Formats: sequence, structure tokens, C-alpha cells
Amino acid sequence: MSTLEKSNQAQFMIELRDMNKWYGEFHVLKNINLQVQRGERIVICGPSGSGKSTMIRCINRLEEHQKGDIIVNGTELTNDLKNIELIRRDVGMVFQHFNLFPHLTVLENCCLAPIWVKKKPRAEAEATAMEYLERVKIPDQALKYPGQLSGGQQQRVAIARSLCMNPDVMLFDEPTSALDPEMIKEVLDVMIELADEGGMTMLCVTHEMGFAKTVADRVIFMDAGQIIEENEPHEFFNNPQHERTQLFLSQILQH
Amino acid sequence: MSSNRPSSESPTKPDSTPRFWNDPDKRALIFQGLIVLALGAFILTVVSNTLHNLEQRGITTGFDFLSVEAGFGILQSLIPYSEADSYGRTFIVGLLNTVLVSFLGIIAATFLGFLIGVGRLSKNWLLAKICAVYVEIFRNIPLLLQIFFWYFAVLRTLPSPRQSFELFGGYLNVRGLYLPAPILEDGFGIVWTALIVGIVATWLFKRWADKKHDESGREYPVGLIALGLIVGLPLLVFFFAGAPVTMDYPALKGFNFRGGVTLIPELIALWLALTIYTAAFIAEIVRGGILAVPHGQLEAASALGLPRGRTLRFIIIPQALRVIIPPLTSQYLNLTKNSSLATAIGYPDLVSVFAGTTLNQTGQAIEVIFMTMAVYLTLSVLTSIFMNWYNSRSALIER
Ligand SMILES: Nc1ncnc2c1ncn2[C@@H]1O[C@H](COP(=O)(O)OP(=O)(O)OP(=O)(O)O)[C@@H](O)[C@H]1O
Ligand SMILES: [Mg+2]
Repeated sequence: MSTLEKSNQAQFMIELRDMNKWYGEFHVLKNINLQVQRGERIVICGPSGSGKSTMIRCINRLEEHQKGDIIVNGTELTNDLKNIELIRRDVGMVFQHFNLFPHLTVLENCCLAPIWVKKKPRAEAEATAMEYLERVKIPDQALKYPGQLSGGQQQRVAIARSLCMNPDVMLFDEPTSALDPEMIKEVLDVMIELADEGGMTMLCVTHEMGFAKTVADRVIFMDAGQIIEENEPHEFFNNPQHERTQLFLSQILQH
Repeated sequence: MSSNRPSSESPTKPDSTPRFWNDPDKRALIFQGLIVLALGAFILTVVSNTLHNLEQRGITTGFDFLSVEAGFGILQSLIPYSEADSYGRTFIVGLLNTVLVSFLGIIAATFLGFLIGVGRLSKNWLLAKICAVYVEIFRNIPLLLQIFFWYFAVLRTLPSPRQSFELFGGYLNVRGLYLPAPILEDGFGIVWTALIVGIVATWLFKRWADKKHDESGREYPVGLIALGLIVGLPLLVFFFAGAPVTMDYPALKGFNFRGGVTLIPELIALWLALTIYTAAFIAEIVRGGILAVPHGQLEAASALGLPRGRTLRFIIIPQALRVIIPPLTSQYLNLTKNSSLATAIGYPDLVSVFAGTTLNQTGQAIEVIFMTMAVYLTLSVLTSIFMNWYNSRSALIER
């Protein structure tokens, strides 16, 4: 509760300080330091198994870190359930495999948390949900079940579902990598639109380098549980400093 | 040589009619016809043979025997029954006894099975192991052996009535469990009324609370208020009415207990064995159902900030039940059918009384077996109708 912490709260949306995580003996994340400004858009890339998912899943406590600090919107992540609840209200997440609730309609998927977490009246929650479904361009699917939609449509519902909670931060974990090529664009378009509106802090794990170039303020490269390099996109792609970054870029740009 | 096909061979056209025995549709028809014929011939032979045999032994066929006096006693009956009653009534007595033990077994096995199934998923290592061991032991020992165990090794070795154990304000001995029975007095009707009022009021309140919740997002403690209305209100009325109940306590008279209600050891043994055996299967079904909910569902719920209780109520339970209910119903059916092992220890269920004693005394094998089978068959058909209905209703809608 020092003045230092107060100023942090004003300055950064997310701050990771010397954050470490182990899976048993395995040291997954090593001394991660990251400061994310309000409204900043960050793309995280790196080879498979480098700890990208683990890092962003620590931010909303889907995974627990063992050392260091994670501070989101001025609240420190501890074992205190109150803090975890507080942070999860501010942080939305979109998963690689959508994770929609298959027994609920699209509209119900979107209304569940606003009604039962934010205690909104149903009519209001539904109106908000329809607004966001419109923004992701599938209002006509509202009464269908997730199983009746294409992958791209499902992922857009998942984005709308998160947005309905009105979060300050959105975490994306490879949102397009489970999609067929023709559906990737429709999801990326929605994400680009969201980025262009401004105001939303976005952390996105993706290998879509075109997306990174268009929207990212900063690109972060991870390898073996460490942040190896970070830079603004132009510099990152044209002038990578680290050898491993160069190797990684040469590999994915071949495709 | 084979590379050049003789030009004279024309390729088979798709619309050309195949020879009669090569047409799959006609072939299937012929086979089905043959099967029906064979089956018909078989049944005809069996029936005419049996009729012939019965006639030779001087046994008349038909259901007239049902109104003949039975002349044998039955250990336990839920309706008034004496030796002077008819064979038809033994059918009802047996059927009710089957229903009784199945009903008690289903309730207890469901309860125990859910506890053990959830316990097996517990993070508490010891609890999870104990539940796993339970399942492995009890589903792998033959049910008949378990019935014998409870009957001969446990209940039959209990002391005589004079040395009874005291249990739940009742007595346990080799003759059974004797429990006090409440006798409702005249004023008790008002308590029933209070209970009904409580249930209706709860239902109305729940509807009102749901509507309010939809409108304003405000939540009411529905569970607590339901408890108050359904349990509290009748209790309050009960005491204000001066507790209009007297207890009929069992008391030792001579060599045995009189008064209260008696659970005969045959019923207890069968009930215990059916419950413990079936609970092991139900536990596995429950565990499987919960595990069938993908981990991603929990993560999505957590990421949305849903607390554990809400996640359980809206995400896990609805998806797990979809997987649990169909095999659960078939376990209920199994339990009911398994209750016919009652014969082995002399519990007077339908098979033991009707397909046992009644059949032996009357010799009306065909009619008796037919009626008994019809009972179990009806239960099966009803269950599968329910399951089909449930499956079609709860199926996930996919493309
Ligand atoms: N629950 C777990 N238990 C043990 N090890 C794990 C667990 N989850 C992940 N790991 C390991 O941690 C490392 C980092 O995993 P993570 O999923 O964060 O990688 P990633 O960078 O997201 O990779 P990808 O691009 O393949 O998604 C991997 O080596 C993985 O095997
Ligand atoms: Mg990953």
C-alpha cells in the first residue's frame, strides 16, 4: 500500500514482476517481467511449449504462479478468492477451442455470467448480448446452439460472450489456430475491429503475423519460459535482435 | 496380358436389374421370411407339445386357478393376507414385496452411489482411495454371495430377542429389526395441511423470485425460505397442535417383540446387498458423467468469473446428468431384476412367492411364468420408453 503501488495502479493495466512458475520440477516460466499499459495491444509469439499459454493463463489465475507478483488493474493476485474474483471480472479470455457451453443457446452463453456474476436483469443482459452479437456479425444465430455453428462463428460467439462482461482486458490464446483457413479471417476481422475501437487492453498469443503487424503495439517473443525479446512490430519483424527470434521468424514466415 | 480387357465385355450399368438373389433388398426379404417361418414353427411345436403334455398329466390350462384358495402363509405382506386368500392375491403380495425392496434399494443405492462417485473424484487422497476400493470390491463379488453374506454371516448370527441390540430406539436381533412406529392421532390432519400449504407456497415463492430475478437481477434465498416453509411450518403447526402423535414402541412379550414395525432379516439382507452392489455401479456412472464434462468448460466458467457453486449448477450438473441418467435408469432396472435373487434367502418377492410356491402348488407353469415375465417385461419397456424420451430431449443439438 505504498505510494509506489498506487502509482503503478494508475500506470499499468497488468504488471508481472519476477514471476516464476513450476509444474512440479519443471520450471515453465522464468523471471517474467512485463508491464502492459491501459489500452495497449500486445502479441505474444514463440515456439510450441515456450510457456505462452501458461503466462497468459496466470493473469486470470487459471494457473497459479509460485513466485513474484502479478498485479491486474491495481489488484494483486494472491490466494485471496476475493481478489481472484475481482480480477476475473475485469479480464475476459478467448480459448483456442472456444469452450462454449454446448447445452446453452448462443444467447444464453452470452447472458449467463452477466446475470449470475454481475446480477444484471435478464432483459438488460439480453439486450447487451444482442449488441455484441451484432458487433461480431452473428445476431441471427442467437437462438441456435453452439453445435449448430461453424468454427469461425463459434469463436466469434466466444468473443461476444467475453465482451458481455465488459472487461478491461481481453486475453486471446491462439484464437484462430483451431480454425480452417477460410474462417480465420472472419475471426481476425472481429479482433481487428475490437482493437481499432481502442480502450481495450489486449494480450494475444498468435502466430498470425499479419495480425501482429496491423494491430500490435508491441510484439513479445518467448522461448523456454523466458521473454527473449520485445519490440514494436516493425522493428521486431525487420530487425530481430536475438538469434532465436531470427530462427523462429524464418521458420514461420516460410509458411 | 491382363492389361488389355477384352472389348466384348461391357461394363455393368448401374440401372441394370441384378439377378433376383443378387438384389440386396430381395435377399434381405427372403432371409427375414425364412426366420419368421422357422420361429413360427418352433413356437408352434413347443406350445402344442406342452399342451399335449399338460393334458396327459390332467392339468387344465387357463387363469381360473387365480381365484382358488392358496393355503400357504407368506412371511411379509404389505396388504392383509392369510392362507385363506386366493392365488391371485399371492401375485399381488409378491409384486408389492418386489416393489418395496426395489424402491428402498433404488433410493439408498442412488444416495450412496452419488456420494461414492463424487468421493472418488475428491482431492482428498484417502477418501478417493477408500471410494475406489469400495467400487472394486463390491462390484466384483457376485451379488448372490453378497446376499448370503448379509443374511447368513451377519443377520443370522445376531443374538436372540432377549439379548437384542438397541438401535435407533428399536431392537435388532436374529428375528429382524424392530422399530417404533408413529401412530397419527385425530389432530394430525392439520399438519398434513401445513405441509401442503408449505409446498404450494414454496412453489409460488420460487416463481415470484425467478421473475424478480429476471427483472431486477436481485436474488432471494430461495433454498432457505423453502426449508422454512416445507419443514419449519409443518413442525411449528405440529407443536402448536400439541404433537398429535403417539409412538408405538416394540416391547418384549414372551419370546419375541410385539408392536412397532418389523423389518424381517430377509428384507434387510436383500436391501443391503442390492444397495451396496448397485451403488458401486452407480458410483462409476456418476464419476464417468462428471469426468465427461471437458475441462475447458470449467476454464471458460472460471474465466467468466462464475463462482464454484454457480459453475456446478449451470455448467457441470446439466452436462453430467445428460451422461448419467440413461445408464442410471438401466441400473434401476437391473436392481429390480436382481431383487428376484430373493428366492435364495426366502424373501417373499414375486418370483419366490408366485413363480415359486404358487407355481409348485398349482402346476400352472405356463400361466405363472407368463404373468411373472410380463411384469418384468413391462418394467423394462417402460424404462426404455423413458430413456428414449430422455435421450431425445437432452440430446445436444448439433448440425
Ligand atoms: N498441466 C501441466 N503439467 C505439466 N506440464 C505442463 C502443463 N501444462 C503445460 N505444461 C508444459 O509447460 C510448457 C509450456 O506450455 P504452454 O502450454 O504454456 O506452451 P505454449 O507456449 O502455449 O505452447 P503452444 O504453442 O504449443 O500452445 C510445455 O512444455 C508443457 O508441456
Ligand atoms: Mg498454447
